[in-house]
Parts: sequence; C-alpha cells; structure tokens
Amino acid sequence: MSNLFDLLVAGLATGAIYALVAVGFTLLWQTSQTINFAQGEFVMLPAFLMLAAMHAGAPFWLAIILGILMSMILLGLAFKVLLVDPMMRHGVLPLAIATMALAIGIKEAVKQFFSAEASPFPSIVPTGDIAILGHAVSLQSIGVLVVAILAVFGLTTLLNRTSLGHQMQAAAQNPTVARIIGVPVERMILLTFLINAFLVALASLLITPIYLAKFSSGEVLGQAAFIAAIVGGFNQVRGAIAGGLLIGVLDNLAAAYVSTQYRAAVPMIFLIAVILLRPQGLLGRAEERTV
Amino acid sequence: MSGFAKPLKIALGLIVIAGLIVIPMNFNRYGLFILSQWAVMTIAAMGLNLTLGYAGQVSLAQGAFVGIGAYAAAIMTTHGWPLPAAIPVAIVLSFGVGWVLGYPALRVQHHYLAFVTLAFSTLAFLVFRNESWLTGGIYGISNIPRPHIFGIATNKPLPFYYVCLGSLAIASLAVWWLIRSPWGRAFMALRENPLRAQSLGIDTRRYTLMAFAIGSALGGVAGALYAPLTQYIDPVPFNLSLSLDLLMMVIVGGAGFYFGPFLGAMIAVLLPEWLRFTEGYYLMLYAIAVMGLLIWSPTGILGILDRYLAERRTKAASALRAVAKSRLETAQ
Repeated sequence: MSNLFDLLVAGLATGAIYALVAVGFTLLWQTSQTINFAQGEFVMLPAFLMLAAMHAGAPFWLAIILGILMSMILLGLAFKVLLVDPMMRHGVLPLAIATMALAIGIKEAVKQFFSAEASPFPSIVPTGDIAILGHAVSLQSIGVLVVAILAVFGLTTLLNRTSLGHQMQAAAQNPTVARIIGVPVERMILLTFLINAFLVALASLLITPIYLAKFSSGEVLGQAAFIAAIVGGFNQVRGAIAGGLLIGVLDNLAAAYVSTQYRAAVPMIFLIAVILLRPQGLLGRAEERTV
Repeated sequence: MSGFAKPLKIALGLIVIAGLIVIPMNFNRYGLFILSQWAVMTIAAMGLNLTLGYAGQVSLAQGAFVGIGAYAAAIMTTHGWPLPAAIPVAIVLSFGVGWVLGYPALRVQHHYLAFVTLAFSTLAFLVFRNESWLTGGIYGISNIPRPHIFGIATNKPLPFYYVCLGSLAIASLAVWWLIRSPWGRAFMALRENPLRAQSLGIDTRRYTLMAFAIGSALGGVAGALYAPLTQYIDPVPFNLSLSLDLLMMVIVGGAGFYFGPFLGAMIAVLLPEWLRFTEGYYLMLYAIAVMGLLIWSPTGILGILDRYLAERRTKAASALRAVAKSRLETAQ
C-alpha cells in the first residue's frame, strides 16, 4: 500500500511535467495546426541554455531567467517566424516533417556545441524527504507538482478569465471571425508560441535535475507529451493536463506492476485504444472531419 | 518528368542504370556499403511512397517493417535457410502485419493515423528488444550470412551491391506496374477524394488496407536485404527515428512522384556522407538543408522540377497562342 502511494506521487510529479509539455503542444496545434515533432527537444534545450549561462559565470537564478528568455526567443519567436510562418500555408504534413528535421538539428547542435555526455543539473527544490500521512515523500516530487500546478493554474486563468485569453481562444477557434471582430490574430498566435516556449523551459527546469541534461533526452519526453495530448484530447487544454497526469501515473504503475521491459508499451497500447475508441480524446470535443 | 521527349527519357534512364552498374566497380568497401544502403532504403521509401504519396495514408511505422523483414531474414538465414527463401517470408509477414495496421486507417485519418502508427513503431521496437529468445535482445543477431545467388557467392561487397541493385530494379518495376494498374489509380482516387472514389464503386476499405499492406511488404523486402548487408542487426536501427527518416526521404524527394524515393534516399543516405568533411556539423547541416528545402518547396525536389516544367509548358503554349493570334490578325 505504501508502495502504491509512492508510485502515485512520483507518477503525478512526472505527469505534471508531461502535462506542461502537452499543453504547449496542444496550444500550437490549436492556433496554427503545427504538430511539433521537436517538442521533446524543445524541453531538452533550455536546460543547456541555462547550463551555458552558468558556465559563463551567471548565478543559478540569473541563469534560469536568461534560459527562459533565450528559449522564448529561440523556441518561440524564431521558431514561428523562421519555420512555421513560411510553412503554414503548405499544410500540416510538410510542417510536421520540417519539425522532425528541426528535432535532428537541435539534438546535433547540443551534441556539437555542449557535450554528448549527460551533465548534472541543479535542482530548484532542495533534496530530501518530508513525511505526509506517514509516508516519506521526496521534496523534489512535491516541488515539481506545486510549480506545475501553479503554471497550469496561471495558464487556465489567463485563457479563461482575461480578455487576452479570450482573444487567444477566439483566434484559435475561428481566425476569420476573430479577425473581423478585431482580434489581432497574428499577435495571438505569436503569443501562444511564446507561452509554449515558456512552458517547455519550465518543464526543462523541473525535469532535468531528475533525468540529467542529455542531448537525446527529448525523444522520450516528446513522445510522452504526444500521447498525453492525444489521450486527453488534442483540442483541449484541460484534456492535455488530464492526459499528462494519467500517462505519468500509468507509466509509473506499469513499471512496477507490468514489467520494466514493457513499461513503455502500456501508454502506447492505451494510446491506440483511445484513438480507436474515442479519437477526440477523453475530454476532447469531436473535430469535424476534413472530407 | 512529363516534359521530356520519350526517347530522351529512355536514354537518360539507360545512362543512369549503366552508371549504377559500371561506376561502383572501382569503389572501395565503404563506398559500396553506402550505395547498397541507398538501394535498400530506396525500396523501403518506395513502399512508404505508395502508402503515403499515392494512397494518402500517413504512416510512421515503415521503419518497424524494415525491422520485421530484417529479423525474419536474420533469424532464418542464421538457421541455415537461404535468403531467397527468407525474402518471401519477410514479405508475407510484413504484408500481414501491415494489413492489420491498416484497420485503424479505416477509422481515423491524418494526424491520428500518424500517432497510431507511431505507437505501433514503438511497440515493434520493444518486441525486438525484449523477446531475446527470438531476436537476441539488445545483443542482436550477428554473423548473418550473405546469400549465394545462382551459385555465385556474394560475400564480397561488390556482388552484394549487385544483389541490392537487382532487388531495387525488380521492386521498381513492380511498383511502376502497380501504379499504372487499376489498383494504382484506385490508390490515387483514395488520396484525392475518398468519398468520390467510393461512389465510383471503388472498395475504399479494401484499397486502404492494400495500400498499407503493399507499402509495408516493400519495407519488409528492404529489411530482408538490410540484414545480410550489415551482417549484424540489433534493435537500435529500427527505432522510431528510422520511420521518421524514411518519411523525410519520401517528402524531401517528392511524395506521390515515382522517382521521389530514389532522390530522397539519395539525399538522406549520401548527403551526410558528402558533408562528412564538416565533421560534427554534418547532421546539423542536413537538418537545415531539409528545412530550407521544405520551406522552398513543400512538395520536395521533384515538386520544384514539376513546377518548372509546368511553367515552361504554359509559357510555350502561350507563346504559340500569341503567334497563332497574330497570324489570324494578319490574315484578316
């Protein structure tokens, strides 16, 4: 029983990080039909940007700020202006392929300019355990959960409670009408790209202390985020959050109760089942089919 | 490539084929390996081009079928079976699995289909890695023998290159015939407008499954050649990135163009080798080149050529029209 509790907490913590990444993924899909196959690499890169800032002599807090800013410039602004804008009119598939190439490019650049080895990364939460309900729970898990919940809460407040958020939703749901009623659609799309860059940088900050900074660590993360986004509902922010938490817990439980060898298979089978039985995702709305 | 005159096209084709046979004769071991790899990857990409380019079904699992073919060939040939016996097994196996994978395509399309096939790709990789009683697990299968074809041993790189090239030729002819057959036309109808295809009496259900199965079978053939080419296989080359690479090959070359996979595989296999002098930067440059190409022409390299030829034709036609018009006017 105590084992199950630990697994749940650890699963929720990883799941919360998946959720952050998956939310960004669905935001990009909603506003610009971008399936970002480089999303995992987007999570991997900010940690290296922060490490670079630290190597240059910046203290940790400054490195975090610089890393987030740089990732918003590179993964938000530059990604949109240089790759997505020129490709958007060409349709979903060529853009998706271009992001696959981008994933290779980012991985190789990190390998070349930083290191092919895994580097340790400092944690923003002190290590150690605290007792909750008689269980020892690692502070790291709690810290990750708290930060992720705050971020998600902040984002949903922004989207649902502010005029800016309503404009973003309008731009995502019906760009033409949004434009007519005076929503600056282009700026809203750019904003979602910046938010995605911020979320991946945050996820990077949270997950890298656990899994180390390595050029290849984006692959697993990117896949987990995909699955979370689809399982929860591709077109819903709250779907992506639920999907992330669910996949995180499922992954941890599978490792303990199914087999360590096939733990990666459980989310995949779950994914196939969801797509076949409920393609719009557990919390998603049905999309109209294009012919 | 419809802008060239027919004899010119045939001559060009013969020159390329002669070049592929003659020029590699004095290549070294490594050069022959790379060229054989190009032939093998072209076969796999051709299969994906059939599924994606002609029938319009997105698949991120072609790498898994190359894996299935490779393991079938490796397991059988290391147990004493000849490769010509293993290839049909690889074909049947990947055809069957591909057929089953086609079923989700009947229900979901586009990105959802992409994700189902992506999940399948990962599952296949897990099976390759974990079922060590069959696949040797992470240690893989080594000492895969190269075949004797018509009593000739193909252990040396050059003869085996000819095996790959010959297989590529057979596969190319088969695909050429297929896309010109009623089946090929049905695939294209499926891509362009499934609803209209159905109302014309095309059994879209069967053809969707067929598009998956035949495309996957070609992936299996490629795998069955890949195993004796490298003579050692482990699960790593057949992970998701192979599927993504193959998809890039098809799109970069030009999806839905017959020669697209040949060009795409050339770029994916040979370009990194040519860029090797840049040392660690070559994959980065490759990635940038692919992105640049896709921004310039989302229909790939052959898309550029196609547009250029179409423009030239319209220009020529409008020039002819202008001449005819002025003649009419002077006649009046």
